[in-house]
Amino acid sequence: MQVIESGNVAAALGVKLARAQVVAAYPITPQTPLTEKLSELIESGQMEAEYVPVESEHSALAVCIAATSAGARSFTATSANGLLYMHEQIQWAAGARLPLVMCVVNRGVGAPWTVWNDHQDSISQRDTGWIQLYANDHQQIIDTTLKAFALAEEVMVPVMVCYDGYLLSHTYMPFDVPDAGLVDRFLPPYRPAYSLDPKRPANLNTVTLPDVRPDIRGNMTHGYMEIRHLLHEDMLEAIPALARVDEKFKASFGRGGNPYLEGYRCEDAEYVAVSLGSLSYHLRDVVDALRNEGVKVGVMSVHLYRPFPAQIVAEALKGFKGLVVFEKALSYGYQGTLTSDLKSALYASTWNAGRRPFVINYILGLGGREITSPDLYHALKQSCTPDGPDGNETRWIGLKFFG
Amino acid sequence: MKKKNEGDYCKRISFSEAGPGDAGRTGSWRVLRPVMDPQTCTPAKRNAPSCYICWLYCPDGVISRTVPPKIDYQYCKGCGICAQECPTKAIVMVEESSFIKE
Repeated sequence: MQVIESGNVAAALGVKLARAQVVAAYPITPQTPLTEKLSELIESGQMEAEYVPVESEHSALAVCIAATSAGARSFTATSANGLLYMHEQIQWAAGARLPLVMCVVNRGVGAPWTVWNDHQDSISQRDTGWIQLYANDHQQIIDTTLKAFALAEEVMVPVMVCYDGYLLSHTYMPFDVPDAGLVDRFLPPYRPAYSLDPKRPANLNTVTLPDVRPDIRGNMTHGYMEIRHLLHEDMLEAIPALARVDEKFKASFGRGGNPYLEGYRCEDAEYVAVSLGSLSYHLRDVVDALRNEGVKVGVMSVHLYRPFPAQIVAEALKGFKGLVVFEKALSYGYQGTLTSDLKSALYASTWNAGRRPFVINYILGLGGREITSPDLYHALKQSCTPDGPDGNETRWIGLKFFG
Repeated sequence: MKKKNEGDYCKRISFSEAGPGDAGRTGSWRVLRPVMDPQTCTPAKRNAPSCYICWLYCPDGVISRTVPPKIDYQYCKGCGICAQECPTKAIVMVEESSFIKE
């Protein structure tokens, strides 16, 4: 069914179709309409779930952790400082291997206080052991939310579905709401391999010794390091698993086919702009304008950011002359994290190849600073020359200093 | 996928059941050993089930509710709460090193 709705409603409808059984969330701009919609759907009986009102984001995720440990399909959502407030529980959910899904409605982080869009919130949670998927439009928000539950439950790793605050969360666009019967077939009820059972009490993730240890039956059990290694292995396993989930989704709903990267006019390109989220769709207009002038440029959007599909990324990008990475977040004191990750992937795959593409890093749109098409046009045009960059320094778009 | 049965899942987390020895023979962590004097301990002295303050307070559950109460030194970490709480001061904490025979 085609509807015209906001990105937040797209996410909420995805959660409803996924038949999440427990929702615990604390409202924060620009995520608020998503949780409001879910509480409405549950209160009115249109969605069968327990909505747990909580006093903080830390508690929201703690509730979801408990609910998932008890075998329920659970969902939460947040933004910016709310996400940062969850940070301890975010690490916990990954280490406890709970297949939670959380929407992160991307917003800049304080200080200084901001409510507008950038990616610093979810990027700052890059290394927590969560899968991170970035959606570029409303259709991808609802589709990715459904795929996220399937993927999380397949590899037992929690998933963040990230989408741009305001640019997607508060804008209204047409999208298809998948048929509930088909979704039920795509995503059957969650059947955990293990869940808490009062008849069989157990301790989960209590203090775990540096070395392996015998359990009460005398069988050897893993220490901290084995458990963490398996998290890393299963994160890598999530890369092929996402392709399987995407294929299954496409078979049911006809959409998909780009689980990792989504290219636009890259086939004959010499240079490629790379970005996360809705910015990559904005860049398509700019690429079209440059193509009209004969500049052979395309744009590649990275859909799966963690686990980083390094080999796939390197294969897709190593043949170009240059890559121009536009980022709405950075590792302060170095550069954009996507830029670092791309370079690392290219280094491993091309270290003895003789040549590899240059990588230029633009930082833009922090705290909602307007990203204009002319700015993108000039930056990209300037970068699409064989010269390449002088080093690792970032180039900032749209700064206006006084004095 | 490998995580579809309980065993595969539970080796990916820190999973343990209630029972002695979940963290190994933790008695080896002990520096001070609680030693009970049967002449002073109420149940031992009266030869009847009574008191059991030590059993109630022991955070590791290594003191038995028996006559006389027995301390399981395989798992007692030597925290000293039993000695602190014993109303008749029947439990004293003794240096582990003093039990080592030269």
